[in-house]
Parts: sequence; C-alpha cells; structure tokens
Amino acid sequence: MINVGKIKQYSNVLERPLSKGKQEVSLSAFAFLFSELVQYNQTQVDNITELERRLEDAGYAVGARILELLCHREKGNRRETRLLGILSFVHSTVWKVLFGKSKVLSLGGVGCMGTSRLRVGSCNVGSLMGKSIELVKILQKRKVSIALGGYLVVEVRSVNDRLMAIKLVVGGLTFNVVNAYAPHAGLDEEVKRHFWEDLDEVADSLEKGTEHEDEYMISEKELLVNRFISIPKDMGAFNCGAFVAGIVRGVLENAGFPAVVTAHFVPVEGQHRPRTTILIKFAEEVLRREATLG
Amino acid sequence: MAAIYSLYVINKSGGLIFCKDYGSAGKMDTNDSLRLASLWHSMHAISQQLSPVNGCAGIELLQADTFDLHCFQSLTGTKFFVVCEPGALHMESLLKYIYELYTDYVLKNPFYEMEMPIRCELFDINLSQAVQKDRVALLGR
Repeated sequence: MINVGKIKQYSNVLERPLSKGKQEVSLSAFAFLFSELVQYNQTQVDNITELERRLEDAGYAVGARILELLCHREKGNRRETRLLGILSFVHSTVWKVLFGKSKVLSLGGVGCMGTSRLRVGSCNVGSLMGKSIELVKILQKRKVSIALGGYLVVEVRSVNDRLMAIKLVVGGLTFNVVNAYAPHAGLDEEVKRHFWEDLDEVADSLEKGTEHEDEYMISEKELLVNRFISIPKDMGAFNCGAFVAGIVRGVLENAGFPAVVTAHFVPVEGQHRPRTTILIKFAEEVLRREATLG
Repeated sequence: MAAIYSLYVINKSGGLIFCKDYGSAGKMDTNDSLRLASLWHSMHAISQQLSPVNGCAGIELLQADTFDLHCFQSLTGTKFFVVCEPGALHMESLLKYIYELYTDYVLKNPFYEMEMPIRCELFDINLSQAVQKDRVALLGR
C-alpha cells in the first residue's frame, strides 16, 4: 500500500488550523522589500521626522497583527495583562518570531538598595547526580547562600554551547550571571574569535536601567532591518529602526498598554557602529493601573 | 600584503561609481581614474565584438609588465576590476566577494541611487575587511 501523506482538505478557511508554517523567509528578499518601503516613503515626505512617523505606522500594522497571531498560536488565546508579562512577551516571543532570537530587556528603575554580601561559587552539578546531600554539605561549608531555590530566575539565555546567561532576582536585587566556557588553546583562531564576539555581545546587552520608572529599553547590536543600511551623513540621527519601534508600539497598544516607542542610535565606546536602542515609555494610566493591581 | 593596487567599480554606461587605492603604487588623480574607467568600459565592449569565439563576455584579465588587471562583469553590466601585482592569486574569488558586498550593502540600501557614486559606510567597512583578509580564507569560500 502506498502511504499517501495526510493532507486534510478544509473546505472552510475558518476550520483550518493555525499552523506555524515555514518559519524562515529569505533575508535578501526582506531587505529589498524593506528598502523599497523606505524609498517609497521617502518620496512621500519632505522631512525626516515625517519619514520616521510613516515607517512607524507601517510597523504598527505589523505589530497589531503579530499580537493577534501569537496570542492564538503560542498563548492559547490568552493575552498578557501585566506590564512585565507583556514586556517579556515582546522581547522573547515576538522578537524570536520576527528576528529569530530573543533579546535582553533592561528595566527602568533597577538600582542597588542597601549593601549585602554575596558569595558566588561555581560547581559542576552534573557529575554529582544522586549526591545532593554531599552538595549541600559543601555549600554550607563554603557559605554559599543561594544554590538552588530562594531566588527567581527571570530569564535564561543560552547563546551557544559555550555561553549562557541567566538573570536572577535575589531579595530585590537583579543579578546577571554569564557563564562562559572559553575555547582551549588548540582550537582554531576562528572559533576563538567567535567566542569573544559572542561574549562581547552578551556583556553589551546587559545594560543598566534608566532613572525613569516608566521607561524600558530593548537594546540591539545590529537590528535586522538595519543590517544593510548605511544612513547618509545629511540625514543625521535618522534610524530605520523606527519600523521596529512601530511594531513594538503596535503590540503594546493593542494589548492595552499605550506607550510611546522610539528607536535611537547609541554610540558604543571602541566600536565603529552604534547600537540601536528601542525606548518604550508607557502612558501614565498604564503605570497607575499596574500600581492598583499591586 | 600590498598585492592590490586599486579597485574600481563602473556602472553599465561606463561611469566610475567607486574607486579606492590601496598603497601608493599606481595611484592616479581623479581625472585619470575617470578616464581609465570609461576607457576600460569601451575596450571591454570592443573585445566582445572582436572575439572570434561566440558568447565572449569581454576581457577578464589584462597582464602587463608591472601589473595585472582582473575584471568581473555582473549580469546587469556593472563592472568590478582590481589592479594588482603581477601574478597575484585568487583575484576572481575576491571580485566575486566584492560583488556580493555590493549587492548586500549598496543595492539593499534604500538611500543609494542606482548608477550613482557609491557612498555607503557599511560597504566601505566590509570592503576594507575583505581586502585585508587573508587570501586563503577567501579561497575557501
């Protein structure tokens, strides 16, 4: 018997499942399309602010749709209602679907309160399977206060086999822990170079928060839409990331979190190319509601 | 290093749109560069007509006593050529790579006008990296 692939025919479009479909699109095709989008909008405007606004509007429509789609596909028809929830949705789920990777978000108003002493140890737990009592004894002896439990893991990011970053919240403080496994001397120069570049990127993305409580930032070394774009000198601080800012605004506003979202170039010391920061400033009512919810 | 003297890009009508000198050898002023570009464009076209073989794509390599000139023409008629030391290796793959950079950082840039001089920061950065890079690495591509 010939095994025919099970392709079910749905007569009604509404009965068709929301399949994930093909996850990849050609970067070149996207780059050309985006380039045409910018060129077309350039002919319609007479100043840069207007161009930025038009790009943002184009992104807004994408954001509104992506929220709808992802809520159905990933969240089982549920929508985030809390501020941190929606932010984490934006920088992990949305970012991953759009750009193929998740991004670290820096929160506003994160500061150091009081002083405390933290002892950090590293231990290869994998080889201690079934010896948890011994592990606890060692930890007590070495005065390691947090080993497993007692803290909240906000984010785990595994960059590759050699690099991993976790974000912990311990007693009101935020810790970023980056675990790096450096390549040994016998390996290729290429592997080493890659490792240091990745490490740089991880370290770069862990930024300090701002002084404002209502501002959040998503920082990206090289935004996908900016990959092939060189801004001419006479256009000043214009950033095509306005399109991505529009997407973020589209997601947030349609989820009930009105915000002003802007994209900025931020120069990095010792690097030729500036990085792009997407600044999210929430409306007053959002923060007030968040405070009421507690 | 110093195997490459200079790099030129000319558009399909023979206008010079990009020119860069590496090292001081064989340096020319702007007028001479423009002249060389249009001269090369015509010679390339004539060679296609004169060739006894059918389907000739034009001159690919010109060898002189003091330099070699390697030329690569894209399907749309944009020509890339490098002037280099006699006997320098892997120039074809370098030219192909430069063409790749051109399609990426020039053609996908919304602020570039077709057939106009190339002024793209990212193209310059990636180009200088490619030229400095070890030739062996390019060959391995």
